[in-house]
Amino acid sequence: MLEIKDLHVCVEEDPSEEILKGVNLTINKGEIHAIMGPNGSGKSTLSKVVAGHEAYEVTQGDILYNGESILELEADERAHLGIFLAFQYPVEVPGVTNKNLLRQAYNTIAEEQGREELDPLQFEDHAREQLELVDMKEEFLERSVNAGFSGGEKKRNEIFQMAVLQPKLAFLDETDSGLDIDALKIVANGINELSGEDNATVLVTHYQRILDYVQPDHVHVMIDGKIAKSGDKDLAIKLEEKGYDWLSKDASVL
Amino acid sequence: MSETEALESMVGGEYKYGFTTDVEYEDFPTGINEDIIREISRRKDEPEWVLEFRLEAFEKWKQMEEPDWPNVEYEKPDFENIQYYSSPKKKDGKKAESLDDVDPQILETYEKLGIPLQEQKQLQGIAVDAVFDSESIFTTFKEKLAEAGVIFCSISEAIQDHPEIVKEYLGSVVPKGDNFYAALNSAVFSDGSFVYVPEDTVCPMELSTYFRINNMQSGQFERTLIICEDNSHVSYLEGCTAPQYQDNQLHAAVVELVALEDAEIKYSTIQNWYSGDEKGQGGIFNFVTKRGHCRGDNSKISWTQVETGSAITWKYPSVIMQGDNSVGEFYSVAVTNQRQQADTGTKMIHVGKNTKSTIISKGISAGESNNSYRGLVKISPRADGAQNYSVCDSMLIGQTCGAHTFPYIESANPTAKVEHEASTSRVGEEQIFYLQQRGMDEDDAISLIVNGFAKEVLQELPMEFAVEADKLLGIKLEGSVG
Repeated sequence: MLEIKDLHVCVEEDPSEEILKGVNLTINKGEIHAIMGPNGSGKSTLSKVVAGHEAYEVTQGDILYNGESILELEADERAHLGIFLAFQYPVEVPGVTNKNLLRQAYNTIAEEQGREELDPLQFEDHAREQLELVDMKEEFLERSVNAGFSGGEKKRNEIFQMAVLQPKLAFLDETDSGLDIDALKIVANGINELSGEDNATVLVTHYQRILDYVQPDHVHVMIDGKIAKSGDKDLAIKLEEKGYDWLSKDASVL
Repeated sequence: MSETEALESMVGGEYKYGFTTDVEYEDFPTGINEDIIREISRRKDEPEWVLEFRLEAFEKWKQMEEPDWPNVEYEKPDFENIQYYSSPKKKDGKKAESLDDVDPQILETYEKLGIPLQEQKQLQGIAVDAVFDSESIFTTFKEKLAEAGVIFCSISEAIQDHPEIVKEYLGSVVPKGDNFYAALNSAVFSDGSFVYVPEDTVCPMELSTYFRINNMQSGQFERTLIICEDNSHVSYLEGCTAPQYQDNQLHAAVVELVALEDAEIKYSTIQNWYSGDEKGQGGIFNFVTKRGHCRGDNSKISWTQVETGSAITWKYPSVIMQGDNSVGEFYSVAVTNQRQQADTGTKMIHVGKNTKSTIISKGISAGESNNSYRGLVKISPRADGAQNYSVCDSMLIGQTCGAHTFPYIESANPTAKVEHEASTSRVGEEQIFYLQQRGMDEDDAISLIVNGFAKEVLQELPMEFAVEADKLLGIKLEGSVG
């Protein structure tokens, strides 16, 4: 589904600063991946680059989605293909209700994918069903997007949006950070419910603890702009015990 | 055509209204002096007292100097080079009694603007007064309104047909020497609308005036007067467009509103005058005095404005709350793009007891434009229990525009409560990326952000217009982010 090949990325404003230094990663349908790593290792950058953020420039390598390069596509065109990013810091849009944003988003994507658009009533039914998944009240739909939300509400809202938009490939950028244990369980439950045979999920995370609730098929560790090691869930447990240092040393040996 | 389509075409797109209508005008010299003013009055066949009003105003204007305190820059108009009266030639020199007498080219112009005047195409539920340069061309639904006792006609007709009412109220809210441009208007005012709603009457339709400046050399000096008697109610909307010319044109209007006891006037403006090109060439100077007087107890005057056009917008729709418990409201969205400049806001003057005012101002600047909010809240010594609540928010799009806020508060009564909130935000890359990631293209993203920002104001517009007004803001700002 997604193939990242030897991806090199720098910040557009400062081409001398390379953030990703040759990332290779393959994600297939039906899989859950976790990308872990210390601060500044390039995890968040990788998610933003896949989603098409303009502040970054790909200097080498390619990103293939279902076999085709998406590097030339705008962020909205990538969204139309079914790529979703749950933001580490969800943005506030005052005066625009969650419902309006999502209905416009849903119908734009549906139109691009040749699926049926929903009228306001149909959409409301669809959105309401998804609310239960993240344990949110109905008034949540009428609130302005993320405006005045607590940190936990913002994160849950990202999962809610994912549920409504039904993406094929979702990157969740530190959706677990800053959540108390109850919220973490809700978010994890949402992720599990939404994972299926036809879609793939990538958890970008700092901590192992969300992996107690979501079972990843693959775990990757990113250090200094590269994937330093890949493995299964045991890798995450090892990281929890030993930290990242042993890998850094490993990486420098390589 | 539905109202929504009408509004869309009124405010939409790149400037679609920059075309010129080729009509024959009555000859009239340029420049301003006493003879010119006498000639305007003579052509309009005005009674002596109107001519006196004009001449007195002219005397005052000559003593005044154009103020330079607003936060805008422009080359002062050459008043000798303006044509103060510009009327399309009429059949037998009279205002059209029926549409058959109206120049078909002018009818076509209004149709192109989305305001068809022909009976079978008229906007449902909205009466329209069409003002072309200096002249009211036609007013729809006049008879239907007359059945309810509502008078809706041009000010020129009102001077002929209802002189006693006009005489009582003209200049009673904005005195002839009020300020430089109000004095000029009082001397040379051309046409505009007149509304009179008798006691205990809810006006059965929305009233609207559509202003069109066509003539390159002419200024437009609109004069509007709305009077609401005890316990009556009216909602009025004005729309404005003009052709694209190289030179600036002057629109110096005066609008006076009078609300008596328990009366309510809602005045909405959708201003989309030509704003000049990207280099700042051409466009309308929109220098306007608008003031409402809550003369009776429990009366209410509400201004809603969506200002997207003009090279320069300079106006402060105000309310004097004289009656006890009267209410003044000002809801404004001012958008500036490219080289546009705006210095706009309001004055809320609390005179009566327990008077209440609300100011919601949303300024949006893009391109290289400059957008200022300037507002005064004044509480007089006897205005016990007066309350004001003000919110002035500015939004910046891009790095080369400016936003400024100048709030003035003068309170002479210790029981008064005045609240002021202000904020400035920038439409950021992250905000746009967030919405794009959800599937919207860049223009839709900006449109959504801007409409959310201006929501509190847009929802004050009459229902028929509110939904479609949303689109205008986005369209106005299309492509404004690199």
